[in-house]
Amino acid sequence: MAFIEIEHLEKTYTSKSGDTEALKDVNFTIEKGEIFGVIGLSGAGKSTLVRCVNLLEKPSAGRVVIDGEDMLSLSERELRLKRRDIGMIFQHFNLLMQRTVLDNVCFPMEIAGMKKKEARVKALEYLEQVELADKAKAYPAQLSGGQKQRVAIARVLASRPRVLLCDEATSALDPQTTQSILQLLKHINEKYQITMIVITHEMRVVQQICDHVAVLEYGRIVESGRTKEVFDDPKTEAAKRLIYTHEYTELESEGSGI
Amino acid sequence: MTWDPEMTKMLVQGLWDTLYMVGFSTLFGYMLGLPLGVLLAVSDKDGIRPRRVLYRLLDFLVNILRSVPFLILLILVIPLTKLLVGKSYGSTATIVPLTIAAAPFIARMVESSLKEVDHGVIEAAQSMGAGTWTMIGKVLIGEARTSLLVGVTIALGTILGYSAMAGVVGGGGLGDIAIRYGYYRYETGVMIVTVVILVALVQILQALGMMLARLLDRRKA
Repeated sequence: MAFIEIEHLEKTYTSKSGDTEALKDVNFTIEKGEIFGVIGLSGAGKSTLVRCVNLLEKPSAGRVVIDGEDMLSLSERELRLKRRDIGMIFQHFNLLMQRTVLDNVCFPMEIAGMKKKEARVKALEYLEQVELADKAKAYPAQLSGGQKQRVAIARVLASRPRVLLCDEATSALDPQTTQSILQLLKHINEKYQITMIVITHEMRVVQQICDHVAVLEYGRIVESGRTKEVFDDPKTEAAKRLIYTHEYTELESEGSGI
Repeated sequence: MTWDPEMTKMLVQGLWDTLYMVGFSTLFGYMLGLPLGVLLAVSDKDGIRPRRVLYRLLDFLVNILRSVPFLILLILVIPLTKLLVGKSYGSTATIVPLTIAAAPFIARMVESSLKEVDHGVIEAAQSMGAGTWTMIGKVLIGEARTSLLVGVTIALGTILGYSAMAGVVGGGGLGDIAIRYGYYRYETGVMIVTVVILVALVQILQALGMMLARLLDRRKA
């Protein structure tokens, strides 16, 4: 049995102006320790999809099973405990702006009821892993985007998750910083065997770290498979569009260097 | 008008009465208004625990209380004041209507401060499995602390303004002196001195509040 199973997932937003189907019959499975990419243009439903995994959004129908446990069957309390197992990082980092870097990393451990002193020692270790121990006393506002995302990664590691959800984690960063964050993610994936779902609109992110990829268009998965296979031989229009646009811009930027 | 030690004594007493009334009314106002404001922010449709009926009810209650003019409230709550303080006149008695006037106003300011907290940060805390109390204490109040402190400063100033009407029930204080001497007795000198003290008081409170808020704000590099 796969580590993460998504079955017939549907999400419909109801409003006065009518229903919007954000996700339509989404199915996929992820093996333990794998990095699974979900790519699509903005508005495809990627963010909704990733939020349905840790139930920040409640699916309208379908099943989300993580390590044999049906997420939708959990009570509110059980869900809170389960969420400590599922880390999440965001496009805009979402750090607590009024707390130091160190106290940000302490936060999930505080939630888990760890003693402050112990949490601080551990937090420093996690900051060392992301090479930011020297910024422990700084506030997020004093850091660059890449550093903020490193703090967010240290914070997520502090709850020792088995799953990590990355919601456009590199989209607000420049190409070089993106590289270093992707390397860091790959490193923690290997070191801790954390299963990852990576949501992005950037092909290079998928190309670099994802084992499998699913292409999402208008709330449906139109194509999925091993990253290399999808890249070498895209079957659908949507996949072709994403890949060729990417290659085109790559060529263009190379060309401009001549 | 002659200036005698009596006058100085009266003004010092007035300043003391004002600080006493404003201080305690703000304190009690927050004891009621802070939880009420938290409840409003949390139960609204975009809050962390949406409760439609509860929000509507509290929203309505706060609006009603806020629309009663203070002078009328002062008289309306006399029975309650008697029950709580034992008498309906004097500085201590004035704290009751002042608190009742301040609480819904404070609740609204708290509500709006907490609603300013970045939704992304709330989402991040939810993704970590934070419970409701952690969310309220460490995320909402912790992140909104600067805005909340600015709110305290505004509340102090507003309650100070209300306290000037305390004279109606013999509450005393600087505002009362200004009205009695300046308005009823045409003793402009006393009135000017009291108003100058009031202005200075507001300035000091405002400056201190803003300084503290700035010191505690870490959102800027």
